Amino acid sequence: MLYREALNKALDEVMAIDDTVVTLGEDVGLYGGSFRVTEGLVEKYGEERVIDTPIAELSIVGNAVGMAIGGLRPVAEIMTGNFSLLAFDQIINHMAKLHYMSNGKVILPMVVRFPQGVSKQLAAQHSESYEQMLCSVPGLRVLSVCDVNYAYHALKYAILSNDPFVFIEHELLYNKKGEVNFEEQLDPFKARIVKEGEDITIISYLKMVDDVMQSVPAIESALNCSCEVIDLCSLNPIDYETLAASIKKTSRLVMVEEDHKTGGFGSQVVAWAAEEMFYELDAAPLRLAGADVSIPYNRTLELASIPTPDSIAQEIIAWGRKNDV
Amino acid sequence: MNKLLAQEIYYFMVLGRNFEYAAKENYMQGNVSGFLHLDIGQEAFSVAAMKAFEKGDIFATYREHVMAMARGIEPKAVMAELFGKAEGVSGGKGGSMHLFEPSRFFYGGDAIVGGQIPNAVGCAYARKLQGAEDGVMVIFGDGASNGGAFFESLNIAATHKLPLLFLCENNEYAIGTNIKRSAPFREQAKKAEPYMMTLSVDGMKAEAVYETIKEAQKLIEDGHGPIFVEAFTCRFEGHSVSDANSYRSTQEMSHCKAKDPLVHFKKELLERWMCSDKELQEIEQKAQTAVDEAVAFAKNATEPNVAALFEHVFVEEV
Repeated sequence: MLYREALNKALDEVMAIDDTVVTLGEDVGLYGGSFRVTEGLVEKYGEERVIDTPIAELSIVGNAVGMAIGGLRPVAEIMTGNFSLLAFDQIINHMAKLHYMSNGKVILPMVVRFPQGVSKQLAAQHSESYEQMLCSVPGLRVLSVCDVNYAYHALKYAILSNDPFVFIEHELLYNKKGEVNFEEQLDPFKARIVKEGEDITIISYLKMVDDVMQSVPAIESALNCSCEVIDLCSLNPIDYETLAASIKKTSRLVMVEEDHKTGGFGSQVVAWAAEEMFYELDAAPLRLAGADVSIPYNRTLELASIPTPDSIAQEIIAWGRKNDV
Repeated sequence: MNKLLAQEIYYFMVLGRNFEYAAKENYMQGNVSGFLHLDIGQEAFSVAAMKAFEKGDIFATYREHVMAMARGIEPKAVMAELFGKAEGVSGGKGGSMHLFEPSRFFYGGDAIVGGQIPNAVGCAYARKLQGAEDGVMVIFGDGASNGGAFFESLNIAATHKLPLLFLCENNEYAIGTNIKRSAPFREQAKKAEPYMMTLSVDGMKAEAVYETIKEAQKLIEDGHGPIFVEAFTCRFEGHSVSDANSYRSTQEMSHCKAKDPLVHFKKELLERWMCSDKELQEIEQKAQTAVDEAVAFAKNATEPNVAALFEHVFVEEV
């Protein structure tokens, strides 16, 4: 099953059992969704529940908030992360705050689906990542999806939860293949150990998890070591327990992410490790992240602006040699 | 309208006026803090709109104390919220600008100018999908009708023919900037005309506001889709208590105060509804008592426990 098919199946199944679930966004209906995640749903559930909206992101999220107040479970799709900035007032001032400001009286069961990240030569206004901003806002659950099985289970969980979720997808993962274990009772807030290892803990999320996995054979062979790779999955809350157990075992930490390094999401993980895991570490942590530049159009420059399997391997090998791995 | 309803509206208008003066007094004494936006001068608008739109969902602005009380939220719970107390309608976490009571279908209390309008559109969408009898009313000022959220909302509400009453409180001031300096014309209904039917009313006259909202409600029920109502009002105070109102001349203010909605509606009660002085005095006394009790309640209410800081961040523990 493909990543986008797993998301589609999750939406479809929930819409079939709960008629308060609606989905809205630009081209989610007749067009089938820009990434085909909502394909076929309008034929099944009609235009009233699969809602094509104007290109007006503030309203997509703002209306979803009102729908949730009105007793629906809306799943809003933002076409691409950069466009969400027009909706950030609604995401931060309304979606994240109404429950707390009302002392728990207003409940917002809603999901904002959020495709983002560097795709292929889409340039600066279609390539950015915003988890660092979303995760600094109390009141939002933030999930990031790399794994196909996780995509299916986590989306179902988010839609049926009574809290507001931002559900981050990566634009290059929609055609990724994977298996879904439909019987599994998956905890969406638990980090996923993608590969077990003894010597280096590499923490990542979204597409970078796959890039890290590609880089691991070169790292293990060059350093004669074994790497433990962790997919964070949930970015708010962070599953520190799983991270701590891994770091205790390996004593070394590498954080890999696609967003800009300054203020990037991984800085939270490394800051936590500095505060809580300092005496467990045998070396200073390594952070690999996107360059502090807007994403350029040219393919060579674009690839130079983010970690790639090659650059991840090179940087970790150099760091490992310096730190006696 | 009938005599009983007119008396009820008068009660809430007096309650509103006295409540706001009491809130201001307690702000000066340091019992109320933060931003405090008073509705003095606009009581006819706030009360009559709520009484006309008696069912259905309400999305209001940060100048909402009087509307909240007219919707049935206890003055004690509102004043306690202004005092930041645990017994406040939002547990002391919202304050003056964020009064919420879903059991009364009252959803704030939004302090982002225009930010509540898309929420009302979404709620109206839900009501239409559910086949609900009652629609949604969203209140906003002329300051909000210059913003993007407003225009997006007109477009979506009209496209889907939503049961939504756009109620614009045009007091001609966006905080301290006069409408002549922020929009090309005074009548904000002109902006809605391409999308929906519009009605205008003198917002200083309670009976006119009441009848106009009822008419709009009827049009929505009859399937006309969203309706835009513009009420022209006059704010007697500054934007908030911290605003000295220095941008308005003495002449403008005296012209404004000559339209006092309480004076006008009292005359209506005496002349049209044949109320006696004694009846009105009793109403006024009852309203003052409610305000006194609200202040006493708020003063004696409890400070939230610090543990409340981490309560209601999320619904579900994980």
